[in-house]
Amino acid sequence: MHEAVSDALLFHRLQFAFTITFHYLFPQLTMGLSLIIVLFKWLHLRTKEEKYNLAAKFWAKIFAVNFIMGVVTGIPMEFQFGTNWSRFSELTGNIIGQTLAMEGMFSFFLESTFLGIFLFGEKKVGSKLHFLSAFMVFLGSWLSGLFIIATHSWMQNPVGFEILENGKFVLTSFSALFTNPWLIPSYFHNQAASVLTTSFVVAAVGAYYLLKKEHRNFGKLYVKVGVNFGLFASIILAVPTGDLLAKQVAKHQPVTLAAMEGLFDSVEGAPIVLIGQPNMVHQTLDNKIEVPNMLSFLTYERWDAEIKGLNDFPREDWPTSIPGLYYAYHIMIGLGTIFILIMVIGTFFLWQRKLYNRRWYMWILMFAFPFPYIANLTGWYTSELGRQPWLVYNLLRTNQGFSETVSAGNALFTLLGFIGLYILLGLLFLGLVGKIIYQGPEKVNLNKAE
Amino acid sequence: MEVFWAVIVVAMLTIFVILDGFDFGVGIIHLLFSDDEDERAKMIQAIGPYWDGNEVWLIAGGGVLFFAFPTLFAVGFSGFYLPLIMVLWFLIFRGIGMELRNLINNEIWRTIWDKAFGIASLFLAIFFGSALGNVVRGVNLGGLVDGVSKYEPHYFFVPLWNSSFSPLKQEVGVLDWFTVLMGLVAAVTLTTHGATWLRYKLSGSINAKMKKLIPVSLGIQTILVILSIAAMFILKPSPFKNFIENPIFIVFPIIAFAGLAGIFIMNKSDKEGATFISSAMFIFGAILTTIMGMFPVLLPTTNKVNPSLTIQSMKAADYSLDVALYWWIVGIILVAIYFYIVHKLFSGKLDDNSYDH
Repeated sequence: MHEAVSDALLFHRLQFAFTITFHYLFPQLTMGLSLIIVLFKWLHLRTKEEKYNLAAKFWAKIFAVNFIMGVVTGIPMEFQFGTNWSRFSELTGNIIGQTLAMEGMFSFFLESTFLGIFLFGEKKVGSKLHFLSAFMVFLGSWLSGLFIIATHSWMQNPVGFEILENGKFVLTSFSALFTNPWLIPSYFHNQAASVLTTSFVVAAVGAYYLLKKEHRNFGKLYVKVGVNFGLFASIILAVPTGDLLAKQVAKHQPVTLAAMEGLFDSVEGAPIVLIGQPNMVHQTLDNKIEVPNMLSFLTYERWDAEIKGLNDFPREDWPTSIPGLYYAYHIMIGLGTIFILIMVIGTFFLWQRKLYNRRWYMWILMFAFPFPYIANLTGWYTSELGRQPWLVYNLLRTNQGFSETVSAGNALFTLLGFIGLYILLGLLFLGLVGKIIYQGPEKVNLNKAE
Repeated sequence: MEVFWAVIVVAMLTIFVILDGFDFGVGIIHLLFSDDEDERAKMIQAIGPYWDGNEVWLIAGGGVLFFAFPTLFAVGFSGFYLPLIMVLWFLIFRGIGMELRNLINNEIWRTIWDKAFGIASLFLAIFFGSALGNVVRGVNLGGLVDGVSKYEPHYFFVPLWNSSFSPLKQEVGVLDWFTVLMGLVAAVTLTTHGATWLRYKLSGSINAKMKKLIPVSLGIQTILVILSIAAMFILKPSPFKNFIENPIFIVFPIIAFAGLAGIFIMNKSDKEGATFISSAMFIFGAILTTIMGMFPVLLPTTNKVNPSLTIQSMKAADYSLDVALYWWIVGIILVAIYFYIVHKLFSGKLDDNSYDH
């Protein structure tokens, strides 16, 4: 490829990667928090205790800031299909445009309408409608996730289409988009991951209040809710969703599985690698620690099943960045294991009725919240780097999909613009949420400055 | 079927301009015609519960454009790369400007976000107007240089401007005297539109101020509209051919001019809702007149080699257009219900107790 063209491809890829990474910091909390707010509203409706209503209001205030960041960084994602990936859009828009348009019609209208009503206030609309609007926001955000993952799943495992002579992909079965075997495990894996991030965030704020000996009632409530949801979500992430998803990868993308595991040569009874650094020159893993036969068992439920290594596949089909993919996957798995451990310990303390007095555990909870964000992103990187070098798996390559009319210079210009703008947004978000947490959950006013 | 979906896309984007248009207009008024903190806060309150839902029409309309006319979406968005990315940046500032201003009670903080919101609204109005201007004027399809196409015949890339700011060259830019004129038409039209919304939602001093602003803004708007019609004669050999061949299309310019007159009359007789509706009628009539003048062309070419893009050449495959009809109808009914609920709930004038304190 000509140098200027490969530069352009690089900047288009970097821009999409950067903007989607930044964007996805927000929806994962939106989806999880909407569930937690529904829970608090429901507890309030049932028990009439004002504590739950205040908790719902407090998190709704953070939700509102988080939501607006998700909205303003989300619109560029839809635009960029056309602006930066025009060939891909031209060839597949008939299919992926369908699910993206459905997201607009079925979730964004729902979300924005009912969030407006929710923030308008309980006194104005009554507690039933207030609860209902919280529920609708939850429904809208989770539907949004479904349409995005349906789009994603089609790119990973294209179904229900045919390719015309001019190279265009056309839809032949609408229902196939939603019965794609890739969709269900991915969707629940992703939703559990959102709940996990939220659990850690809610627990971290609770732990902060307990450590600071302020708002202790809320501190206890947040830690308890965080640990309960966290335990549930962290287990669901591993079994069944993570396991089922890995089996989809093994079935449809065996070369990706080999790269994720850093397996260069095919073996019967493949081990699972806990630690090790891929060495692309010698095609080995350096300094590795492994569990023998485990990968074969997890993939095929037989200890001596054969797992194909990278060398059994043509070079041009290898994922573009094998070390990147390998690390993304291992960071996700490693963190996921630690999350289960943290949440099991928390649940044990809860059962002992000693949770809130374990200050060392509160310190861990308070500082743990960034890690589920990292795990979420590395999980997505595993999926997206694993799909490379394809946009539509096995059918359309990434270097055939970008906008050839947009030069490297123009793409870099906008990439730099996005970087600058998003750094500003990130700082604003941290400052504003920090302020809300600092002010505490006792006196929350959704519409007025404090 | 493709004509049906073209109607849907145009309808959704027109609704976006009418609904989010008043948000942009309020932003412009807020920037240029208000020096009072309390007034600015009220103006923001008057659009606060709506703007996010209004912006969804752009996303949803864009989504329908994406699947029903994927090639148009692809070539159009990549061809207008720079202005579209800038629209995204301004949309970001517009959104956070409005939402963040009330989160910290500090005058400087509020001023920063008020300006961000106002300036972004002004630029967005100008950009959307000049975008329509670009679509009317056309682009150098295929990127023709010296008779040779740089790209495939339906692809193009428009620089921000060409050396002469002229729309009559083969190699055109995003900004030239015609598209800038269209941008100004949009900015003034939406200023009027925003003012009619503020009159409708607010009482007291702002209402009185808007009553005076509307005729001034409307006068400038009318002059600019006449100028842009005159410009069409310079730009196109026979700009009204479609209206002569299909006299029924004349209903759209009639709606537009009735809207203009309606704004003036209704404003004078203090029929605030009807003033707003008149302004919406003008926007609807003006956009439809522009598009019907082009039909079935979607994007004209400025060179003689590569043909203009038409509805037929851009459409998606039939099956997907058919199947989408089912979910789209369900979707639009739901949207109508939400719309009804919101406007029922937030209907009438804002007063000081409208928020839960």
